[in-house]
Order: sequence, then structure tokens, then C-alpha cells
Amino acid sequence: MTDLNTNPIGEIERITVSENPRSQWWDVWAQFKTHKGAVLGMTFFVLIILLVLIGPYIWTLAPDRPDLLARNKGPSMGHPLGTDQLGRDSLAQMLAGGRISLAVGVVAMTLSLVVGSLVGVLAGYFKRLDGMLMRFTDLFLALPLLPLLLVIIMLFRDTLRAAFGLEAGIFILIVFVIGITSWMQTARIVRGDVLALKEQEFVLAARSIGTPPWRMIMRHILPNVMSPIMVSATLGIANAIITESALSFLGLGFPSDFPTWGRLLFDSTNFMTLSPERVIWPGLAISLTVLSVNYMGDGLRDALDPRIRGR
Amino acid sequence: MTLKSILLGAAAAVALAPMAQAGRGDSGHANIIYWQAASIMNPYLSGGTKDIDASSMVIEPLAHYDENGAMVPTLVTEIPTVANGGVSADLTSITWKLKPGLKWSDGSAVTANDVVFTANYCMDPSGGCQQLAKFADVTNVEALDDLTVKISYGKPKPFPYGPFVGSTTPVIQAKQFADCMGTKAPTCTDANFKPIGTGPFEVTEFRANDTISLKANPNYRDPAKPAFATLTFKGGGDAAAAARSVLETGEFDYAWNLQIAPEILAQMESKGKGKIVAGFGPLVERIMVNLTDPNPKWGDERSTVKHPHPFLSDINVRKALSMAIDRKTLVEVGYGKAGQVTCNVLPSPAIYNSTANDGCKVQDIAGANALLEKAGWKLGSDGVRAKDGVRLSLVYQTSTNAVRQDFQAIIKDWWRQIGVATELKNIDAAVFFGGDQSSPDTFQKLFADVEMYANNFDGTDPEAYMGSWKCSQIPSPSNAWLGANMPRYCNADYDKLVAEMSGTADLNKRADLAKAMNDMLMQDYAIIPLVWRGNVAARANSLAGVKLNVWDSDLWNVADWSRK
Amino acid sequence: MFNYTLRRLLFTIPTLLFISLVIFLLLDLAPNDPTGNLPLTIPPEVRAMIRTNLGLDQPVWWRYILWLRQFFVYEPLNLIEQMFHITIGDGHRLRILSYATRSPVVDLIVERMPQTLWVVGMSYVVGIMIALPIGVISAYKQYSWFDQTGTFVSMIGFSVPTFFTGVLLIVIFSVMVPSDSFFWFPSIYDTTLKVTDLASFGKQVRQMVMPVFVLALYNAAQISRFMRASMLDNLNQDYVRTARAKGLSEQVVVLVHVLRNSLIPVVTVIALGIPQVFGGAIITEQVFKVNGLGQLLIIGIQGADIPLVQTLTFIFAVLIVLFNLVADVLYGILDPRILYD
Repeated sequence: MTDLNTNPIGEIERITVSENPRSQWWDVWAQFKTHKGAVLGMTFFVLIILLVLIGPYIWTLAPDRPDLLARNKGPSMGHPLGTDQLGRDSLAQMLAGGRISLAVGVVAMTLSLVVGSLVGVLAGYFKRLDGMLMRFTDLFLALPLLPLLLVIIMLFRDTLRAAFGLEAGIFILIVFVIGITSWMQTARIVRGDVLALKEQEFVLAARSIGTPPWRMIMRHILPNVMSPIMVSATLGIANAIITESALSFLGLGFPSDFPTWGRLLFDSTNFMTLSPERVIWPGLAISLTVLSVNYMGDGLRDALDPRIRGR
Repeated sequence: MTLKSILLGAAAAVALAPMAQAGRGDSGHANIIYWQAASIMNPYLSGGTKDIDASSMVIEPLAHYDENGAMVPTLVTEIPTVANGGVSADLTSITWKLKPGLKWSDGSAVTANDVVFTANYCMDPSGGCQQLAKFADVTNVEALDDLTVKISYGKPKPFPYGPFVGSTTPVIQAKQFADCMGTKAPTCTDANFKPIGTGPFEVTEFRANDTISLKANPNYRDPAKPAFATLTFKGGGDAAAAARSVLETGEFDYAWNLQIAPEILAQMESKGKGKIVAGFGPLVERIMVNLTDPNPKWGDERSTVKHPHPFLSDINVRKALSMAIDRKTLVEVGYGKAGQVTCNVLPSPAIYNSTANDGCKVQDIAGANALLEKAGWKLGSDGVRAKDGVRLSLVYQTSTNAVRQDFQAIIKDWWRQIGVATELKNIDAAVFFGGDQSSPDTFQKLFADVEMYANNFDGTDPEAYMGSWKCSQIPSPSNAWLGANMPRYCNADYDKLVAEMSGTADLNKRADLAKAMNDMLMQDYAIIPLVWRGNVAARANSLAGVKLNVWDSDLWNVADWSRK
Repeated sequence: MFNYTLRRLLFTIPTLLFISLVIFLLLDLAPNDPTGNLPLTIPPEVRAMIRTNLGLDQPVWWRYILWLRQFFVYEPLNLIEQMFHITIGDGHRLRILSYATRSPVVDLIVERMPQTLWVVGMSYVVGIMIALPIGVISAYKQYSWFDQTGTFVSMIGFSVPTFFTGVLLIVIFSVMVPSDSFFWFPSIYDTTLKVTDLASFGKQVRQMVMPVFVLALYNAAQISRFMRASMLDNLNQDYVRTARAKGLSEQVVVLVHVLRNSLIPVVTVIALGIPQVFGGAIITEQVFKVNGLGQLLIIGIQGADIPLVQTLTFIFAVLIVLFNLVADVLYGILDPRILYD
């Protein structure tokens, strides 16, 4: 795929098209399209999202409906992915679980990225804020996660549930909890990169022509710290899906009748030798989602890098 | 163990027990795994089952319960009763006689003073003794001579076998713990980790919350026992992993408390490396019905007797909830061999088991529907019954535990079929059972409509246990939510039966009273019993002598264990 | 640089004090209770008494000050006494005692250090040693089959949680493989094993194989991604072109110029991960019954053992703050362009 980037035909195409005035984002998209892995990843990601959004309307079995006569069954016509120890349909659970897991994964990851990048960029760029923000990061790194969760959930669960209803309330809570406990690494890494970037010539040049700080950050700094952010995003989505399963396991997440991928994987671990197919589906779903996000991240990073784009 | 002691032991074995085939230490090494690790070897400072079981190999009470729930003498010559004069006719004192010639593992003699010291150690109000309830009403413990101890009570005790019966209250050595009274108790780390005892083993290395290494006690009273020279007591992991290490990998010989899905356990057993053993005590998984209103709008009066529950105060609803449950399925799904159907909150010992409520053994969804219909609860368009604007929609809480979550899912489905909507909630066990005043999620506060957990009682006497459902035991803000009457059940007739039982000594009459109380609770549907749960353990095929005991420590007869 | 380090070091003191206060308040506020895991047969009145006996009826600020004194005065004094076999004062000081075990917390931590450092530490080292070359090669040969395989494996390694991989390995290597085979590994870690000769060393290695592998896979997945990304960033820089144009060999360009610059952010990631080594690996320790610091922490949290959790998390906080400082200093050394002063 490296040769695709240096494809002379692609080059000519680009030059001819570029006669029309285009936005920067159009360029990014054009470059993104040439990245085979990214396109594949995106197609797959969209496919999974469509599947979990539309799937439950096509496969209408209720995911929480036990069928005590069909417990621990392998794949069959009635249950294409088999059933669990209570006779609940695995396919319906996978579809319903995917909705929650994907939503939690994406939203929590975004939240953690936004907070992490914001803190990282501010700390790296403004020397006055550096000490304070980084000590704040240390504090969050040091806090024991589990008691923190217990406290947050004790304080806010009932309030949020009253305000937004059961499902939405817990969703907000979980996304918030995962988001605010996972941004620290991103912040540290981004700050490090910004510190290094700040001393580069092009930043100096930009500053000397009087570019205001926010413009500096948006135009010059952020695009250049994209790669660690993208890696964090990929790892973050997997992290959020798994953390959610740990939370439900501790009784801090969604109620037990809301399946999620992480939870399905956890519950089925003990059934590994009894019905191996039960373990494979959630494991596969999580891995493939993470993989597709990873390739999308790769593509986006390349597309955002003007050096590669211009090549 | 020294060669000398082996020789002496062997000689003594020949002299005292000519029938005994095996000698002390013949079986070599045994490995026991508890998925909850022991944190201390002193049951007075930690009442956790794991800690009691671990310490029961080292320190012993005066008498044990055997696997049938009968008392057997351990350090004493016989069990005192009114008949043999050991218990005074007015039931206010009990006199124990120690076996002569007993020795601590350090070689010194066991005397009545050690027993008296132990009682004082636990009854010291500043010591925070966790077994204090066992010493309830004890006014005086004295040594009549070197081998005789008299325990006096402030009032007649029909069941005077509280202190020093069962592994929860073992005798500790006065010499070792002399400087550990009261507030100094927790500072005696060495004594708490390596108590000197009379049991078959002594501790060689104690790693808190991890591993205990033990070796045979050279001064154990039976010179032919224990058969194992050394023993490792490993903690950590989870129940499934513990079962696997005995049944599948064969690394360990005994695994405790295996509450895992029955089909997984059966599959592990089919590997043929070990056997599953089960025993039944009084442990019952039950649903507690909140008879008061948990609605947050009441603020501080939430879940207190001031506000009756909007629909669970109707007995028809409670009865319908119970009728909709198929207990046989619950046993099959959650416990397998380790569970039985029960319609009582007091199913054991057998003498207390009532048969008056056995109707619940059969699920009757149609009957439940008819009952609700008749009582005026009409099915709404959303599939939920309602009357006068009150919907049958409830919150069902329990602690976090795979089997309990499975039960929640199944029961929710059954209740759906009778037009009751259920919202599930599971809470971390340390919070749920923790009783923290600031937490809204404790089982005492019961800020939910129904809750599920299991409970039992120590030993074989249910008096204190049945007393839990007196009016005065209702948890409320005024008693800091202490009290075990979770359903907030209050019935003058019930309180009368409780009072009557505390003044009755005859066992058969006591049994009748306990049954009457059980039936009252069941027929008022304040408690919905689900499954009579057993203890499940796994042992390796090569391990002989295991007798699972639900009335005492799992390791109560570890001295008799040997390698086949 | 020296001034900067000194200033940062001084600043860590108030930071750590503040962190310790926040942790203490958090633990106090948490709704779990030390009597929560006791059997229900212990009546509520006795539970209330146990709480009083543990000192839980004292006001929060008082307990915090007591802990500060125990941690910063008594424990160091005790350590000095033990090291030099002397007695300072009357030698009777109330050390920080755990609620559950009633034994000094510091002793518990010391007891668990070896297994945690062996297993978690080793897995971190192994993880880094695998991750760095994979990251470098993957980036240099971007989109080659090596890169694709590496990406795939590391993504699977990261997205499949250790509670799953751990059990999977046990099912394969402890259950399915016959126990007399060379490929059989113990599913339960023996913490009492003492390495005295070759045979016991072999045993130690065997019992470490599975937990180290599980953790190393996870660590390597993460670090190799950062390494690859960082290399990719640098490979396109102008200085690389200059170096190549100057006629330097490809080896020198990649391994000296690019690698050195690419390591800068990776070093941060690695340094930041070290405190986590001491924190243990809760799930993996649980799966293989390693019973190290991670398991100690989780037991403490579940049992609301405040002195234990407070001390343990505070020690982690110290490590985190120190390693962050180390990362920053390393940064300044590796990248001379960064000026802190």
C-alpha cells in the first residue's frame, strides 16, 4: 500500500482535481480513501453498527427471555449462535450487547480523548498551566479506581436514574466513569509530544508571524500529535468495552439483564470447555471492532499528515 | 517432626490403638484450596468462614458438631446434660470436664484456666470479639479445678451450648495470649497468626491472605493422627478455579465452597480426578418482601413501618409472587446436587422442618394470575397489572453473584407472566452486606421492593435465628438500621411464640414452636423461600476420610484425613 | 535541568500530601464496610462493636492525622530499628494495622513484593523486549505482512482481556496437557517456593511461564502500538531525508537517528507503566493465584480495609509521581530541544 501513496497516476489525478478550490477536509478524505486498510476497517465498523442497530428488528427474540428447555444449546435453526445457561438466545444477546458496548466504547473513548488531549495540549503549550495540570493528572493516576467508582455510583446513581431513566442514567454514569478514569495516559503522552513540537522551527515561525495561541494549537500542534491520539483511541475503545464488563461484574454497571459484549465474554469464560462457541462470539466481536477502529485510525493519521498527503 | 516423636508416636499408637493401620505423618503432604484466603488464625478477631475453618485445624473447642449435627466431645470427657448432671436443673449453669493429659502443641498441659482465659478474652468489651454473641447471657466462667470449668448464665438457658461448642469458639492458650487482652488484641500478630493449639496441626508459616503451611502437631492427643505430616492451605482465585485445581488438574486435594453452575461442576467431575461432596445445613436462599414503602419521596421515613407498601402490603400479591416461582427449576439451574426445593425458611435440622407449606413446591402461574385478578389487579395494555393507579412494578435487588443474577433473570420472566414488571439491581457484596450508614444499598435499609440473599445460623439451635422476625428487630433509622427483620414483619402472635420458646427446655416442644413460627412467616408470605442450599466441596480421589460437615468447620475432622 | 528536578522534587511533597488526603476521604466516603464480608450469623450489635473497636467511630480528620503520624513517623522509625537492631524511645509504637489481618500493613506489603516483582515485573520486561523490535520493524516496513500480522496479533492481545486468556491457557496447559508432559504448567502459583537449587529454579520458571506470558502479551500489544506510531512519525521527517542524502547507511539512519527520536514518547509510556508493575495485575494475579500486591489491594478494597488500602495506594501514588518526574527528566535528556527552565 506504500506504493499506492506514491502512485504517479494518483498524483496526476490529484493535481488535476485540485484546480477547484477545496477544503482541507476534502483532501483528508481523498487520502483516507486510498488507504485500503482504513476503508476496509471503516466498512466493517459501519457494518457492525448497522447490524446492532437494525439487527434487533430483524431477529426479534428478546435477549433477556430465558427458555429453560433449551439451556446450553449449540447453534441451531432456532438459535443460530446457540443459547446460554438459562436458554437465552446468544444472537439476540450479541445484538443487544453490541449496541451498549459500542455506544459505551465510542462515547467513553471520545470523552477520554477529548479530556486527555485538552489537558495534554494545554499543559504542554502553556508553561504556567503545566505544573498544575500534571499534578492533577498524577492525582487521577493515583486514585484507587474501585473505591472511586463505589463513591461515584453511590452519590450519583439514583439522581441520574431519576433524571434520565434507568438505561440512560446508567449509560451516562458509566461513560462518565470510564472517561474520567482513562484520560491520564493520553494527556501525558500528548503533553510530551507538544513539548517537543513547541521547539520546532515551524512553530517558531508561526509564532513569529503573530499566530494567536488557539490557532496555533488547532492548525499546527493538534495535527502533529495525531498519531499518539489515534493509538490512544484504538486502545481506548477496547479498554472501555472491557472496563464496562468489569463494572457490571462488580455490580456497578448495567443491571444484569442488560447484556454487553464484555459481560457475555466474562460470563462465558467458565463455560469455555462446555460450550466453546459461546466464548468465541463476544471475543471475536470485540477484537474485530478494535481492529477496525485501529485501521481507521491508521488511515486517518496518514490522511492528516500533510507530508504523506502531499507525497 | 523429629524422628524421636515419630518413634514415640508409633509406639504409643501400637499401645493405645492396636487397630489403627496408619501412623502419624504416613500420608505425607496434602493441599487444600480455599478461594477466599485466610487472613488470621484467630476466630475471635475474624468471624469469616475461611478464617474459622483454617484455625479449626490448629485450635479446638470443647465439643464439636459432627456431620449429623450431633455434639461430640473434643477436649472434654462427655457432653454435659441435665440428665448427667452437667447442666444444672434450673438451666443456669453448665459444667465441662476436660480430658486428662491434654497437651498444647508446645508441650504444656491444657487446664481449665485456659478455658476461663478464653472466655474473658472474648468477653472483654474493648477487645471487639467477633464471637461475642456466643457468650450471650454468660455471667461467670470459673475453674472449679484443673480440669473442670463452670459457665454460669444470668437467666435459664434451655440451650446452654453457646460458648466452646463448634469451631467458632475454640480454646486458646492463656500463656500465649496473656498480653493480648482488650485493646491489645490486634497487636499480637504472632499469636494471631501462629496460635498454639490442641488440634492436629500447627502453623509453620503464615502468609496472610495467601498461604498457610502447617505440620502435624507432635503433641496431638491421638498418637496415630494426623495421617498427613504436612499440609498447605492455599487461598485466592475464584470458585471455578479452585474446583478446577482439584477436579481437572489434580494439583490440590480439597476445595471448599464451590458455588458454580452445576453443569460446569458436573463436567469437571467427569474428568475422574475427584469427587464432589455436598451436605445440607440450614442455609436457605430466600426473597425478603418489603412490607413498607421504599419510595424515595418519604425521605428519612423511607422503608420504615410508618408507610405500608403500596401493593406488597396486599397478601394476595405476595402469595402470587411466590406461586409464580418454579423452585425445582431454580435448583436445577443454580445448584444442582447442592440444592433442594424448600417451602420453609427453617428446613433443617430435620426436627424443625415443617410440612405445612409444601404447596409451594409446584409452580402455578395460572393460579397466581387468577388470584391477582380476583384481588382486583387488572392487566393493563403494557402487560402490567394495576389497581387504583398502582402498578405492580418492583425493584428486585441482591448481591453480585453469578447464580443470583441467573435467578433474577428467571424470576423476572416468571413474574412478567403474571403481570408484574421487575427492575433488577445487583450490588457488590461488601456494600450490600456491609451495613455502612451512608450507603443506600445495604440489605438492612432495603430501599427496594424485594431482595434476595441466603442466611442460616450457627450450630443446631434456631432460637436466636427465629427471633430475627420480632417487631423489635425491624431495622430503622432509630436503631441505626441494625436488626435482622428485613421484611419489617410485625405480628404480636409471632412475638408471643418467640417469648415462649426462650422459656421452653423440652426439645420437642421447642421444635413445635419453631415450626409454628416458620409456618406463620410462610403463610403471611413475608419471606419467600427459594432453595435449600447445601455446602459443596470437591476432594481428590486419593483423599480419604472427608466428611463434609455443615454444622461446623469443613476441616473439623482433618485429623482423620489420609491418602488412599 | 538540575534546578528543574530539584524544584519538582520539592513540589512533590505538597502534591503527595494532597493526594493522600483525597484518597483517605474517598475511602472513608466509600459505602463498603469492614464487617460486610463476615457471615450473617454475627449479629448487628456485635458488628457495631467491631466497628468501634477498629476506630471507625472516630472523626475522619483524627483518623487521617493518626495515619499520617503512623506512616511518616512510626513506620520509618520502626524500619530503622529493624535495620540496625536498636530501640528508639520505648519501642512501642502503634504501627499501621490492617483491619482484616490485624498485622502491620508494611509487613504484608514486603511479604508480597517478591511474587509481584517476579511475575509482573518480568512480564513488563518481556513485553518491552518484544514490543520495541516489533514496533520498529512494523513501522519501517509499514503495511508489509510482518506489520499486518503484528497489528493483528497485538490488537487481539489488547482487546481480549486477561481473565479470558488466563483461563484459556489454564484449560490448555494445565487441564488438557497430561500432567507428566513437559508442556504441562501449574495453574496455581506457589508463593512459598524458595529458589535454592536448579530444580527449584526450574519449578519457579515453570510456574511463572503462564502468568508472565498473559501479561507480556497485553503489555507488548500496547507498547508496540506506540512504538510503531512514533517511528512512523519520525521516518517522514526532513532530518531523515538529510541523513540519507548525506550517505549514511540505512542501518545508522534507522537505528541511531530515527529510533532515538522515536523512543522519546515511548519512554514516557514505559516509565508511566512502571508504577503499575508495583500495583500488580489484579486479574492475572487472581487467575493464577499469584497473591501479590494486586490481590492484596483488591482484598483490601473488598473488605473495606482502610489502613491497608490507604497505605498501598499512597505508596503507588509516590511511585507514580516519582516516575512521572523520571519520565520528564529523561525527556529532557533524550530531547535536548526541550527546555524546562
